[in-house]
Amino acid sequence: MARAITTQKKIMWTVLSWGIGLLIFFPIMWTFLTSFKTEAAAISDPPVWFFFDWTLENYSAVLERSNYPLALMNSIVIALGSTLLGIIIAVPAAWAMAFVPGKRTKDVLLWMLSTKMLPAVGVLYPLVLIAKYFGVMDSRILLVVILMLINLPIIVWMLYTYFREIPGEILEAARMDGANLKNEIIYVLTPMALPGIASTILLNIILAWNEAFWTIILTTVNAAPLTKFIASFSAPEGLFYAKLSAASIMAIAPILIMGWFSQKQLVRGLTFGAVK
Amino acid sequence: MNMKRNLLGSTLGFGLAAGLASIAMADEITIATVNNGDMVRMQSLSPKWEEATGNTINWVVLEENVLRQNVTTDISTGGGQYDVMTIGTYEAPIWGGNDWLVSLNEGMADDWNIDDLLPAIRGGLTVDGTLYAAPFYGESSMVMYRKDLMEKAGMEMPDAPTWDFIRKAAKAMTDRDAEINGICARGKAGWGENMAFLTAMSNSFGARWFDMDWKAQFDSSEWKDTLTFYLDMMNESGPAGAANNGFNENLTLFQQGKCGMWIDATVAASFVTNPKDSTVADKVGFALAPDNGLGKRGNWLWAWSLAIPASSEKQDIAKDFVSWATSQSYTALVAENEGWANVPPGTRSSLYANQDYLDAAPFAKMTLESINAADPQKPSVQDVPYTGVQFVAIPEFAGIATQVGQQFSDALAGNQTAEEALASAQALTTEEMEAAGY
Repeated sequence: MARAITTQKKIMWTVLSWGIGLLIFFPIMWTFLTSFKTEAAAISDPPVWFFFDWTLENYSAVLERSNYPLALMNSIVIALGSTLLGIIIAVPAAWAMAFVPGKRTKDVLLWMLSTKMLPAVGVLYPLVLIAKYFGVMDSRILLVVILMLINLPIIVWMLYTYFREIPGEILEAARMDGANLKNEIIYVLTPMALPGIASTILLNIILAWNEAFWTIILTTVNAAPLTKFIASFSAPEGLFYAKLSAASIMAIAPILIMGWFSQKQLVRGLTFGAVK
Repeated sequence: MNMKRNLLGSTLGFGLAAGLASIAMADEITIATVNNGDMVRMQSLSPKWEEATGNTINWVVLEENVLRQNVTTDISTGGGQYDVMTIGTYEAPIWGGNDWLVSLNEGMADDWNIDDLLPAIRGGLTVDGTLYAAPFYGESSMVMYRKDLMEKAGMEMPDAPTWDFIRKAAKAMTDRDAEINGICARGKAGWGENMAFLTAMSNSFGARWFDMDWKAQFDSSEWKDTLTFYLDMMNESGPAGAANNGFNENLTLFQQGKCGMWIDATVAASFVTNPKDSTVADKVGFALAPDNGLGKRGNWLWAWSLAIPASSEKQDIAKDFVSWATSQSYTALVAENEGWANVPPGTRSSLYANQDYLDAAPFAKMTLESINAADPQKPSVQDVPYTGVQFVAIPEFAGIATQVGQQFSDALAGNQTAEEALASAQALTTEEMEAAGY
């Protein structure tokens, strides 16, 4: 009897989780399907699901009209570059705050987070003028630095939380065994915090990939990433839903695939320290 | 012999010099534009200009609001990232007045006939006699209606209907069981969405945004009449969820056969009559935007235009491109490649004297009459201190009108009454205008 209830419950939970999962996945699936329809089929009512004339016309139109490889390469460089630069700066900062906290550590952390509360548009003009002054408008290096600065508070906070979970005694034991600071960070701290660092990297790559304010404003052609590529397919007067869907799928596919492969690390990292 | 050699030498010399000059002249320009059908077509035809001049174009195509934000930032900081920009009739007088744009009165190609531009369109892009943008396509608004449904309702659409007729016809055409809504109109909040429609509509009701002292006028009886009429008509005969419908949503509904009438941009005419996309292509009729017998019709005026920012370092090449893209020969090029029905409409008188075009575009006459009926210098029945038909050409307008649009959209969604929406609109407009120093 008890077993039957458990099975019943299991089925219920499974169905429920699949239901929620599919609901969340539905918009992506619909975009995927629409990208293979003609513009007329894309707006047909009642909507057509699978039985329509599948066409690759939208993808070829999108590829013909814009430079997808360049946008993709820009997105990869900007997302990876800003995240790695951020990690290089944030690991020592988080280490110091977690293991050698000062009187004002908490205040510094909160202050860092408070910069995220400033509306981005508030610093738009100063940043544009600075970029213009240094002649780096529409360059990858500018976006790498800007996105690194924007995401740095999150990177430091996440790493700080993971580092705090590591007992100080382990580091002390390593020190007693004669490890210096470098060895302590490389051989003791990093392996233990690896899931945390991995999920921080993944999350920040996703954040940088999707950032659509600075990447659109500060670029024109040379450094324009996929966010600008998508923005070029939305039309105020005219129905180009199928082409917009094709462009969206092309823009999210790389990050979706990356997320798929690394979901184990992502989940492990995000729940790291959640259960005590 | 010597002479021959000299001749040969100088010919070669000239040829080489000319070749070098054209190599030195060949340059790259960056053009920012919106993703509208006519613009996309220009992009696909632009290799012809590139071949003829040896120059190349970097295209930056963006969604309208993103483009506006991008271009405003660039132009106000003198960024110089763009050599040609697509702007509307709202920006042209403001930016031109700030000396952010290059004058197009001189330096355009010889065959670029400035006097051929439609006076209403040209007037909207001119400040103190200086033309700051070359119109690429112009539009007004008009009534598009289903001839079959009108006939079924036992009514006949006049060429110049009144608002009362439209409301009556909408009610008669509505068939909720068959999912047919008598009237489709913009409800989505935004200065270029529902406020374009409602501001143009209010002109025909005798309302205005500001009096001659720049005081907001939403507490006037004319605005109350406008909004009450709009809400009543939409509630009686409009589609469900109309508060979320903008141009594209209504276009979808009309093409699916779910609207009896749709009052919107004249540029939509070519979409709804295109059998490839529209299920009702052969059943569409056109009429002027409605009026109330006060001497002004509820139609707007807009032109997507090409302008050259003062910060561009390649103004001569940019002017050459703008001349090409807004010339009569470009129109002929589009006609040759895509047919007369697809040429950019509403900018030049010569197009409306062209029989080939008139034969191919059943909406041509109505488009021209609608454009001619709009007067950006005197949009309302009463005197106003501003220019612009469906907008007020001041920098504060976009922000204020979007907030007002949210109030009106909220009223359409049934969350507040017309009186409440107007009171909020009056309060917020007064506050913003005072803060801006008016």
